[in-house]
Amino acid sequence: MALQTFRRSTFWHRLDVRGAPYAFVAPFFVVFAAFSFYPLLYTAWISLHRVELSSMDLMEWVGFDNYVALWEDERFWNALANTFTLGVVSTVPQLLMALGLAHLLHYRLRGSVFFRVAALTPYATSVGAAALVFTMLFERDFGMINWLLELVGLSPVNWENDKWAAQLAISAIVIWRWTGYNALLYLAAMQAVPGERYEAAALDGASRWQQFRMVTIPGIRSTVVFTIVLSTIGATQLFGEPLIFGQGPNGITGGADNQYQTLGLLLYEEGWKNYQMGRAATIAWAMFLLLVLIFVVQRVVRRLTARPAGARRVLSRSGQS
Amino acid sequence: MASVRKTMARRSLAAVAATAALGLVAACGASDDGGTGGGVKDGKVTITMGLYGVMGFKETGLLERYEKEHPNVTIKAEIAGDEQTYYTALQTHLAAGSGLKDIQGIEVGRAKELADTRADKFADLAKVPGTSHFLPWKQNQVTAADKKVIGLGTDIGPMAVCYRKDMFAKAGLPTDREKVAQLWAGDWSKYVDAGRKFKAGYKGDGVAFMDSSSGLFNAMIYGSSQQFYDTKGELIYKNNPVVTGAWDLAAEAGSSGLTAKLRQFQPGWDPGLANSTFATTVCPAWMLAHISEKAGPQNKGKWDVAKAPKGANWGGSFLGVMEQSPVKEEAKKLIAWLTAPEQQAYIFEKLGNFPSSEKALKASEVAKAKSDYFSGAPIGQIFGDAAREIPDKQVLGRKDGTIKDIFQQGLSLIEEQGKSKDAAWKTTGERIEKAAG
Repeated sequence: MALQTFRRSTFWHRLDVRGAPYAFVAPFFVVFAAFSFYPLLYTAWISLHRVELSSMDLMEWVGFDNYVALWEDERFWNALANTFTLGVVSTVPQLLMALGLAHLLHYRLRGSVFFRVAALTPYATSVGAAALVFTMLFERDFGMINWLLELVGLSPVNWENDKWAAQLAISAIVIWRWTGYNALLYLAAMQAVPGERYEAAALDGASRWQQFRMVTIPGIRSTVVFTIVLSTIGATQLFGEPLIFGQGPNGITGGADNQYQTLGLLLYEEGWKNYQMGRAATIAWAMFLLLVLIFVVQRVVRRLTARPAGARRVLSRSGQS
Repeated sequence: MASVRKTMARRSLAAVAATAALGLVAACGASDDGGTGGGVKDGKVTITMGLYGVMGFKETGLLERYEKEHPNVTIKAEIAGDEQTYYTALQTHLAAGSGLKDIQGIEVGRAKELADTRADKFADLAKVPGTSHFLPWKQNQVTAADKKVIGLGTDIGPMAVCYRKDMFAKAGLPTDREKVAQLWAGDWSKYVDAGRKFKAGYKGDGVAFMDSSSGLFNAMIYGSSQQFYDTKGELIYKNNPVVTGAWDLAAEAGSSGLTAKLRQFQPGWDPGLANSTFATTVCPAWMLAHISEKAGPQNKGKWDVAKAPKGANWGGSFLGVMEQSPVKEEAKKLIAWLTAPEQQAYIFEKLGNFPSSEKALKASEVAKAKSDYFSGAPIGQIFGDAAREIPDKQVLGRKDGTIKDIFQQGLSLIEEQGKSKDAAWKTTGERIEKAAG
């Protein structure tokens, strides 16, 4: 009897030790499976069909036709190019400005808490509100920015209809919203850089600028990489800002000439204007594959560039695998 | 012993965590039983409604009045602000068979799609008593191929031309609404001619003859019985002289500087109204409220309304009852009452939504209605006449609303981006193929 209890309890004990960790992580994975993995697979399934939103129950198998059509569709390449240019125009200045801002906030300032909170406020504003206000500022006939331009003697800009002006205006919204957020990330990383390094650099006669370049930047390198990854993902999915910037039909198509239509907007146009769920799902998968492709390219590039310095290490590692 | 209890506690915790995780998943699957929210309980009838925009039933207190007159009825209306959002949700609900209300609003741009693809989900309203008072073309818009009627008409959007008297006077054009209507009687191209005269005669900058070329385009195509589709549901816009003619004229107006290059209901249009940057706009009846609000009190009495060259209709809605509703008969009774001539006239008085009931058009509160803001224009008569001019047969198409938007953007390619007419037509054709295919 005692033995039996003992045996049973070891069974339970072992199950407990081995199984409990899985049970504890299960909620995340179950939720992930339900809300991320299943939709991902289902989207892939839909993308192989011709389906309309009004009749999701009637799916017509078309194989890879949607993908072929997308490849041949110039709207896709246009949207891809726009996503890229908008991404560059909005991300590069944003991160540079964030770096500068973080550097300034890193100094001992009066009311530093106020400035830090102020830097974060745009991030706390909703996309909708921010984009709407900017849209009014950039309005052609009675917007404030054109009014200012005319005040200093420049001719007004047709912000929405001109391709580069529109992309600049949309980038302005993105930059305004995210600069402060990135600045705070950088600031946190900067504060973790040990003070001794600065002292040592100062002793060696390094100027402020040299300290920034040689001590601060290397010290926050991993955070910089992190923000670049986040911004790249964000730029690929850019959607709300151009949608609201265009307003109504022009928002969905990214301007009358698709001059600022991103991949996210193209997906929305196919899904929620044309109600073609198969084609929309195809774009969603194309976007996903694009991110995978960027990731792979980045890995390859890193391997190639790492070879001269640590060639042996890379070789030995590839020899193992 | 203590350790046993501890393991027990841990074990049960693990079990709870796992169950909770499963529960989360289950909760997503099992909420709907396909009901519509309405039903009968203890002799009390609950009717649910899905509406959008300002259809006027709740806003004017009609629903409350119905509840008062029928003490056993409770009405729950859910109103979405934007029709596009509403329709997307309605489509998902129709496909899933759940989340629907007993009564659903239908915009005319969606009527054909619903009548073609989802008529089985709607109750037939052909035999609802007391519903023979509508304009003939109105009910034709929601009649399926097998004569099933899926909705009862609420409002319509007969069109006229709203114009600025002060600007017309400055440009040396007549200002009296009869004489203004004479300027372009019977032919939209005369409206563009009047625009040329306006442009030549108006001294001063920053005022265009019309707001946008797409307003003109809409008015021209919505006055004919066939637009983008034929009766078989084939796209015929390429060879339909109504569409090509409207395109040519609108493109001409857009490329010869007669427009303020604005898009109706888009940013820039409202400030254009407030700051008086255009002299005319083709206006459906429901636009008057918007103009008077956005142009503001400073422009009161400067606007007037003249008859359009041809009667045309832009917009309008219906109420339909879902087949699966447990309170189908009660819901039918409710919408028959809401769309009855008296109630339509009442909503017109309160909000200006123009009645689709021929009988309501004759009621004195509609027929004799005048607008203070628009210099006392007899709007009831002007729009009522326009409504009667509209051909009885209306061929709608599945993607009418989307195609209209695409044409609007095509015209804006000419107007704002300086593309040639042919290039814009080609792009428009490609887009329509994508949207309709």
